[in-house]
Amino acid sequence: MFCSGNYRRFSTQGLLLLALLGLMIIMSFSSPYFMKWDNLRNILDQSTLNILVGVGMTMVICAGGIDLSVGAVAALAGAVMGLAMHAGYSAYLAIAAGLMVAVLSGLVNGGLTAYLRITPFIVTLASLSIIRGLTLIITGAIPISSFPSTFTGLGSGSLGIFPAPVVLTALVAAAGAVLLNLTPSGYYFQAMGGNEEALRRSGISVPRYKILVYVLSACCAGLAGLVLTARLNCADPTAGYMLEMDAIATAVLGGTSMRGGQGSMAGTVIAGLLLAVLRNGLTINSIASYYQQVLVGVIILAAVVISELRSKRVEEAAL
Amino acid sequence: MKTNGQAAVLNLFNISKSFGNIQALDRVSLEVFSGQVLALVGDNGAGKSTLIKILSGVYAADAGEISIRGQVFKHLTPARAMQSGITTVYQDLSLVNGRDAVSNVFLGKEHRKAGYFVDRRRMERETRHLLDRLHINIPSLKVPVGSLSGGQRQALAVARAIHQGGKIIVLDEPTAAMGIKESQQVMALISNLREQGYAVVLVSHHLPQVFALADRLCIMRHGSLVADLPTGSTNLEEVVALMTGIKAGLPTEVRKVAGN
Ligand SMILES: Nc1ncnc2c1ncn2[C@@H]1O[C@H](COP(=O)(O)OP(=O)(O)OP(=O)(O)O)[C@@H](O)[C@H]1O
Ligand SMILES: [Mg+2]
Repeated sequence: MFCSGNYRRFSTQGLLLLALLGLMIIMSFSSPYFMKWDNLRNILDQSTLNILVGVGMTMVICAGGIDLSVGAVAALAGAVMGLAMHAGYSAYLAIAAGLMVAVLSGLVNGGLTAYLRITPFIVTLASLSIIRGLTLIITGAIPISSFPSTFTGLGSGSLGIFPAPVVLTALVAAAGAVLLNLTPSGYYFQAMGGNEEALRRSGISVPRYKILVYVLSACCAGLAGLVLTARLNCADPTAGYMLEMDAIATAVLGGTSMRGGQGSMAGTVIAGLLLAVLRNGLTINSIASYYQQVLVGVIILAAVVISELRSKRVEEAAL
Repeated sequence: MKTNGQAAVLNLFNISKSFGNIQALDRVSLEVFSGQVLALVGDNGAGKSTLIKILSGVYAADAGEISIRGQVFKHLTPARAMQSGITTVYQDLSLVNGRDAVSNVFLGKEHRKAGYFVDRRRMERETRHLLDRLHINIPSLKVPVGSLSGGQRQALAVARAIHQGGKIIVLDEPTAAMGIKESQQVMALISNLREQGYAVVLVSHHLPQVFALADRLCIMRHGSLVADLPTGSTNLEEVVALMTGIKAGLPTEVRKVAGN
C-alpha cells in the first residue's frame, strides 16, 4: 500500500539524485579540477549521447520492448547526413534525410515486432546487424568528414553557457517526459508494457503504439547520430558502437523496469548524469578505463537487483 | 419467472457448441433481465464458462441465436458484444497492475485537454464519482492497482466495465481465491449493481453466496440447462440434486415447448 508507484519512482529518483550529489562531493575532494565549470560543462556534454538514446530506450523498455539497434541507427543517420552534405545538399536537408532514415528503421523494427509478433530482442538484434552493414556499404567503410559550420556548430557550438548538444538533449528529455507522463501515447506505452492484453481489450490499436515507440526510439538515435557526427566533424560508420548497452544501462539505472510498464524520464536523465560524472571522475583521477567498465557494470547490476527486489515486494503486498 | 413483465435485455436461444466430439453446450436458452442477478451454477465442465464466452463474443456458437435488446446476432464478436453493453469482467486480463486506478478505469478512453494531453484532473474526479456511486472503497486512486487487494481489484475491474458502457455485467467466479472479507465486498458490489439497474450474470461455485445474491438460479449439467428457478422457490438440496443429476431437470425438448 505504502510502496505506491509514485512513491517508488520518487524514491528511485531521489536515491539516484543523492548518489549523484554524493559522488560529485567525493570527486570534488579527490580532484580540485572536478568542480571547475569547464569540467562540469564537459560532463554535461559527455552525458548527451546516453541520455538522448536513453530517452527513447526508456519509452521502449517501458512499453515492454527493447531496442538494440540504436547505435547502428545513430551511425546510419550520421552517415546519411554526411553523404547528403557531400552531395551538395544543405545541412538542414541533410539532417532531415538522416532523421528520415532513422524513422524508417524505427518503422521496420516496430512493424516486425507488432505484426509478425517476433520478440523485439531478435528483431532489433537483426536490424542492428543489417543497419550497421548498410552503413558500412554506403560509406565504403570510410569515415566521411569536413562539413559546413552550420552543421558542426550543432555538435561543438554553444547556446549561452551550454554546449548545443546539451540544449538539444534537455529539450528531447523534456519532450520525452511530457509524452510519457501526460499524453495518451505515454499512458498506452505504460499499459502495453504492463498488460498488453488489457490495452487490446480496451479497444486501442496495440500495433500502432508499438510502432510509434520504436519510431520515437529511432528518432532519438538519429539525433544522437547528428550530435556524434557534428561534434567530431566526421561521420564514422563504426560510430555508436555499443551505444545500445549504455542506453539500456542508463534507463535501467534510472528506475525503468526491464519487465515493462514502468519508466521514469527524470530517472534516465539523472542516471545519465551519474554515469558521466563517474566516468569523468575516474578519468581525471587517472583510473584506467577498464576499471571504469567493471565499475559501471557492477553499478548496473546493483540497480537491477534493487529494482527487482522492490517490485517483488509490491507484488507480494498485492497477494 | 419473468420480472414485472419487463422485456429481457439479453436472450439466448438454443445455443449449441461443441469442441471436437465434446458437446459443451446443448441447445441452451436463457433470458437475462435488467436489475436482476442471474447465477449460472453447475459442476466442473458443465459448460458455464463456454456459455459466457459465447455471450461475450469470444466463441461463436455452432447453432442458435443471441438477441440483445431485440437485435439478433448469429455471430457476436467481442467488439459487438461490448458495443451492445455486454461486458465480461476478467479480473487479471483487464487491469494493468503497474498503473493506478484512474489510468485503469479510463484506459483507452482518456479525457483530453489542449489537443493531446491527458486531462488527469477530470479523470480523477470522474473516477471518484464512479467509485462513490458503486460504493467501491479504494484507499487511494494513485497507487498502482497491483498493490490493492483482490476484492478491490475485482471491484475496479467492474467499475471499469461500467465506465466503458457495460449494462450487462458478466462475472466468471469473481470471488474465487478470495478471503471472506474480500468476497463480501464483491458481493456487496454485485447487489449494488442490481439496485442500479444493471443486469448481472454471475458464475459461481459457492452456493451459499449464490443463494444470498441471486434472483434466479440457472443450473447447468453436461452442457444443458436443467433448471431455471427463482432463488426463493428452491433450496440448497434441490440445487445440488439438480447439479449432480440425482434429480432430473426438465428435458430440453419440454423446456423448449414450454418456453414457446
Ligand atoms: N477451448 C476448448 N477446447 C476443447 N474443449 C473445451 C474448450 N473449452 C471448454 N471445453 C470443454 O467443454 C466443456 C465445458 O467446459 P466449461 O469450461 O464451459 O465448463 P465450466 O462449467 O466453466 O467448468 P468449471 O466450473 O470447471 O469452470 C468441458 O468438457 C471442457 O473440457
Ligand atoms: Mg469455468
